[in-house]
Amino acid sequence: MSVFIIRRLLQSIVVVAVMSLLVFFAVNVVGDPVDMLINPEADQAEIEKTMRAFGLDRPVHEQYWFFLSNAVKGDLGKSFIFGEPALKLIVERMPATLELAFAALLLAVVIALPLGIYAGLKPDSKFSKTIMAGSILGFSLPTFWVGLMMIMVFAVMLGWLPSTGRGETTSLLGIQVSFLTWDGLRHLVLPALNLSLFKMSLTIRVARAATREVVHQDYIKFAHAKGLSSRRVILVHLLKNIMIPVVTVLGLELGGLIAFSVVTETVFAWPGMGKLVIEAIQNLDRPIIVAYLMITVLMFVTINLLVDVLYSVLDPRVRLQDVKA
Amino acid sequence: MRVFRHFVSGVVATALLLPVALSAQELRVGLALEPTSIDPHYHNLTPNNALAREIFDRLVMPDENQQLKPGLAVSWRPVKKTIWEFKLRKGVKFHDGTPFTADDVIFTFERAPNVAQSPSSFGTYLKGKKIEKVDDYTVRIITEKPYPLMPNDMSTFSIISKKHGQGATTADYNSGKAAIGTGAYKFVEWVPGDRLILERNDNYWGKKPQWSKVVIKPIKSGPARVAALLAGDVEFIDNVPTTDITQLEMNPKLNLSQGVSNRVIYLHMDQFRDDSPYVKAKDGGPVKNALKDVRVRRAISKAINREAIVERVMEGVAIPAGQLLPAGFFGVSANLKPEKHDPQSAKQLLADAGLPDGFQLTIHGPNDRYINDAKIAEAIAQMLTRIGIKTAVETMPKSVYFKRASRGGPNKSPEFSFILVGWGAGSGEASSPLKSLLHTYDKSRGFGASNRGRYSNPEVDQLVEQALATVDDAKRQKLLAKATEVAVNDLGIIPLHYQVNTWASRKGLKYLARTDEQTLYTGIVSE
Repeated sequence: MSVFIIRRLLQSIVVVAVMSLLVFFAVNVVGDPVDMLINPEADQAEIEKTMRAFGLDRPVHEQYWFFLSNAVKGDLGKSFIFGEPALKLIVERMPATLELAFAALLLAVVIALPLGIYAGLKPDSKFSKTIMAGSILGFSLPTFWVGLMMIMVFAVMLGWLPSTGRGETTSLLGIQVSFLTWDGLRHLVLPALNLSLFKMSLTIRVARAATREVVHQDYIKFAHAKGLSSRRVILVHLLKNIMIPVVTVLGLELGGLIAFSVVTETVFAWPGMGKLVIEAIQNLDRPIIVAYLMITVLMFVTINLLVDVLYSVLDPRVRLQDVKA
Repeated sequence: MRVFRHFVSGVVATALLLPVALSAQELRVGLALEPTSIDPHYHNLTPNNALAREIFDRLVMPDENQQLKPGLAVSWRPVKKTIWEFKLRKGVKFHDGTPFTADDVIFTFERAPNVAQSPSSFGTYLKGKKIEKVDDYTVRIITEKPYPLMPNDMSTFSIISKKHGQGATTADYNSGKAAIGTGAYKFVEWVPGDRLILERNDNYWGKKPQWSKVVIKPIKSGPARVAALLAGDVEFIDNVPTTDITQLEMNPKLNLSQGVSNRVIYLHMDQFRDDSPYVKAKDGGPVKNALKDVRVRRAISKAINREAIVERVMEGVAIPAGQLLPAGFFGVSANLKPEKHDPQSAKQLLADAGLPDGFQLTIHGPNDRYINDAKIAEAIAQMLTRIGIKTAVETMPKSVYFKRASRGGPNKSPEFSFILVGWGAGSGEASSPLKSLLHTYDKSRGFGASNRGRYSNPEVDQLVEQALATVDDAKRQKLLAKATEVAVNDLGIIPLHYQVNTWASRKGLKYLARTDEQTLYTGIVSE
């Protein structure tokens, strides 16, 4: 197992290096940041001065070399727009995004898993069919539209929940979190629900399919025959066995939740990384885009590794080793 | 029983009114664009400048129509053609109680052009100027050549405290440590992307600000901003999307404030290449650049139905334009009117120019920069196609567009032939667009920086340069108006409309709409 992990780590480093090259060059092809930054009334000399200040007059490969030599030291460059280290800006916004992503994940597990198991156990009941129809809607409705509809209904028409922003935060282990205050929770509900809608639908479908498969296995029949209560059969024997596909899917989706919560963050003005990066893309704040993508790559690599390890814990039949050709 | 009921309804009414009464002093605002820094000299950008103006003050303060009003300077005059004298306001104190003097102004002159990593420096307004202290409340600013725009330039940047600004970095301003000005509001807290909090400066030298506390939330998405206002999470928003205006107007709980801006939306045409890449013959083959012919340019202008664009595309929220700035600004011409829609004479002009069958053209424009920019480009293409100029539309995000439009071609020349752009006159007078858009492109002297059509007319150049050297206001105004007339009649650019901006608030509040498109909290007042 340790050999496997070491080998995977080495592979990951190569992936990260190749990604940095791709990302850096791709980002440098698009537009010119100076046009986004400078006041239109500036004259030609002023424009060139700014270009030089940001090193934009240099050839791309020189800029890349400069970036790389700093990146090795942990410096991913300074944001053109904010003038602060890109990494710092992203890390500052990370708690908000993580909080939102985990809240969405929690909703997906707590709400969707039981629904999926129910739909798998009683596939012909009316309620199951409603659940499945609902999951299709969850899949196909665009997030931004659902988000706006939620705001219209729960904030504008009913006035139950706030429509925008993050609520009051408190410090937990040095990190600003909002789920510990009532105001923070109220602000969290709608965006988390909006972000989790797609994941819920996915979890329902995966859990249902897995349940349908597992429920006909001999060990389930045997457990029933042994006279165990249905409750115990479902909660212990069935649940454990359907968790493998569910964990795989949710693990991968967690990366997506964290990295691509852009739409939800924009609609709800949630001060997370997604909002930072989409604005960086619109304004060609290259250091932030590059740093963000690098962090995303690292995160996906790590999550994949963790999922593999978790697999072997959940299913002892899985051995972590490389497939020999 | 009745007494009791009265009592209950009284309590309920009090309970309902109470939060309103308590929060009447507090204002929550939803902003489309968040400032990128609290440092007033870091980034010359509209949201930054608007915020800086509230925390700090300027020597000269432009009012809502960009008319120059006394700020930290009570008066100014040219003592010689090359020397301006500014008398400073006495008795003004910074937020920490230190008095404001000429030393702060001199310190500002040192710091403003030299902020590290500044993406858009205020050096633009300070270069070539030397400052001298006469006494604690008088300064003189010296230039090499006569410089009439001195008061305008002095209205662009904030005066900071020498005591707190010495050695202060942009981060020191962002954290609030150095963010100590003389302005109407004090800085309290900034959590980027989340909230920005200001509080009233009770010792402000000017009109006492209405709000004891202002909470600013950045809400970039237009529909979300409107929803936040409708839900009562904020009392005021800026940049109301044009599609929502009609609906919001009918809402009895809300109030809209509108005002024309200093931004003209216009078309620039390739007037420097004989063979322009996006001008093609009717059959798609090569053709001589028709846009160099003034008759063709006039035909294009006449083919455009500005009223229709304003009514249909802009939902009535714009004003047809006949020159570079709307009426009322310094240096506009009284003789220029928006071109009348006249497709018949447009066709005739094309025929006179030897192109009775028209030609092919592509209009390029941004799709996320100006209000309804892509839709305007589409409308123009249809109107031109109707007179025989078969026009294709290509729009793209501003991040891609401006580089290509400014220097995407060979040798960093402009790439496109026919483009849609906008220009806001930051200085609030006509020399700004004349100098940047219509003066011949001249890199060494800093003229025509945004002249993406490379329009060149010696008469215009001469008038603009003369105006920029004329300190006498009345004479300069005439020169600018004359230059505008020559350039617009020669169709150096084709003006389309002036943007109108919309702010929305809950009933009982209104906004003193600003031509510079800034959102100021001192401008949000009770009706």
